[in-house]
Amino acid sequence: MSNVVPILKTQGITMRFGGITAVNNLSIEVNPGEIVALIGPNGAGKTTAFNMITGVYTPTEGRIIYCGKDITGMKPDQITKNGIARTFQNIRLFKKLSVLENILIARHLRLKSDFLSATLRLPQYRMEEKQMREKVDVLINEFGLSKYQHEVASSLPYGVQRRLEIARALATEPSLLLLDEPAAGMNPKETEELTHFIRDIKERYNLTVFLIEHHMELVMEISERIYVLDFGETIAKGTANEIQNNPKVIEAYLGVEEDA
Amino acid sequence: MKKQDKILTIILIAGLFVFILSADLFFDSYIKRVLNLCAIYTILALSMNLINGFTGLFSLGHAGFMAIGAYVVGIFTVPVEMRSMVFYLKPMHPLIANIELPFFAALILGGLLAALVAFLIGAPVLRLRDDYLAIATLGFSEIIRIIITNAQSITNGSLGIKNIPPTANIWWIFGTAFVTIVFIILLISSSYGRAFKAIREDEIAAEAMGINLFNHKVLSFIIGAFFAGIGGGLYGALLGTVDPKNFLFVLTYNFLLIIVLGGMGSVSGTIISAFIVTAGQEWLRFLDEPLSIGSFDIPLFRPGFRMVVFSILLMLIVLFYRNGLMGTKELNWDMLKRIGSKFSFKRPKGGEAK
Ligand SMILES: Nc1ncnc2c1ncn2[C@@H]1O[C@H](COP(=O)(O)OP(=O)(O)OP(=O)(O)O)[C@@H](O)[C@H]1O
Ligand SMILES: [Mg+2]
Repeated sequence: MSNVVPILKTQGITMRFGGITAVNNLSIEVNPGEIVALIGPNGAGKTTAFNMITGVYTPTEGRIIYCGKDITGMKPDQITKNGIARTFQNIRLFKKLSVLENILIARHLRLKSDFLSATLRLPQYRMEEKQMREKVDVLINEFGLSKYQHEVASSLPYGVQRRLEIARALATEPSLLLLDEPAAGMNPKETEELTHFIRDIKERYNLTVFLIEHHMELVMEISERIYVLDFGETIAKGTANEIQNNPKVIEAYLGVEEDA
Repeated sequence: MKKQDKILTIILIAGLFVFILSADLFFDSYIKRVLNLCAIYTILALSMNLINGFTGLFSLGHAGFMAIGAYVVGIFTVPVEMRSMVFYLKPMHPLIANIELPFFAALILGGLLAALVAFLIGAPVLRLRDDYLAIATLGFSEIIRIIITNAQSITNGSLGIKNIPPTANIWWIFGTAFVTIVFIILLISSSYGRAFKAIREDEIAAEAMGINLFNHKVLSFIIGAFFAGIGGGLYGALLGTVDPKNFLFVLTYNFLLIIVLGGMGSVSGTIISAFIVTAGQEWLRFLDEPLSIGSFDIPLFRPGFRMVVFSILLMLIVLFYRNGLMGTKELNWDMLKRIGSKFSFKRPKGGEAK
């Protein structure tokens, strides 16, 4: 275990907003091919951790290493180009654009043609656009989105929007996928389906998955390891079993029972 | 595109060609001038819509880019032998006094210079958001005008440049408008256009999808400015004279009116609206003239009233009809066919419901 090189490693990252320390001294490691979860009560700093990893915020302190490369302070688009893709807690689709366009946009970062060759439809661009559409077609079919492909994103049922957001993230060809509460707003049956779905795409696309989730059944079933945050502090880490029996975790969750 | 639609499109283009030909031959110069203005405003509004409607940047600098194009055409196409007459207060700077360019070269140069300026001001300004961007670009456009007013040995200052050869006939202008429309349609339907729209829809998501916000904003800004420069060049050549007062903020406001009315993010909406607004403003010129019924002077009719009417129109659109004519949709043959069948006299079998 110890000689595995982690795909993602944060070294004591801290994020302060004015007086608030949203995340304090967070050190995590995610190994290739793992599914790792980040849990904690509301406001614990989970999304903030994701925002630091994906470059939305630059950590006040600490470093983020991805595939052995220091990515601290890189812009979100560069980080995505390097192979980290994400979804958002409050779905952020391109609402007025079609399903097809939403996914095509996520392939723009791999385009080599410049704007003039694209506009004039020069042969190289045509070839690239064709390949782009073929790849997107495959994704659309695999995600069961074909019947929606020409509909605008905002018109889709909630569950389908969540699925589209994952499809869009995968279109950027990531090695590491970050999911921020993918099961939010889903009923137990949908959550159960999502659990299988995440496992399935992980295998199929050769991914490493790092996810935030409040649905404990999903977290416990799917994650190889779990990190627990509370008020920005890492209060526990370990396997599902270790976490379930950890008194600090129980206390943190009991303390906010009424919110759950 | 379906085969039938392709044929319809070819017929439409041929029809426009015949229309321009007959307009050129039979229409009087006033109507031709209004048509030309409509086409020039189409170029300008479309290029502004690329920036504002398709990329979602709130830029109000269009009159500035247009002025650059107009002045380049003015400066370089007035025949050398006429220049001492035009620049009678202060002679033209010796470096450029003897450079005369063919119209087409000056037009392209104007577009390129506007694009270059957009590139230079884009770097600081496009990092700003929404209202700050609007204020900064507006300020830029005023600065351009003030520079033009003061660089007398190049621009002839507030006297303006007269005697610009009237090369820009209806063929030039409609031809350029056509090329602009085709270029912009192809651009926005390419992967770059999709990236622009992604930025408009949600910057954070666009960035998370690997789109470099700054580069794409600058790109859209530069292309928009290029066509604004081209439109300005045609405008200068159509009027035969350019003057700093031609490029006041009210011009940008006009383009804004056109794109809001036509639909932010719709090419066909912009074209339709450019013709309606431009022709409408010509037709409503009487609002600026004093009007009296018998011996009674109607009080509102005076210079400026026309603009009031258009401002109220803009307010009404924003209040009640925010998507304009087309929203972000495009006119296509299916839509036209549907509209056509509504107006045709064929009744569906089974009669009307009473
Ligand atoms: N941009 C910001 N500016 C100021 N404070 C912020 C900002 N972003 C997050 N915070 C604060 O940081 C803390 C952690 O927020 P965060 O969104 O990371 O929590 P979370 O663990 O994702 O919670 P939830 O489960 O509700 O999504 C909160 O107190 C929040 O108010
Ligand atoms: Mg969160």
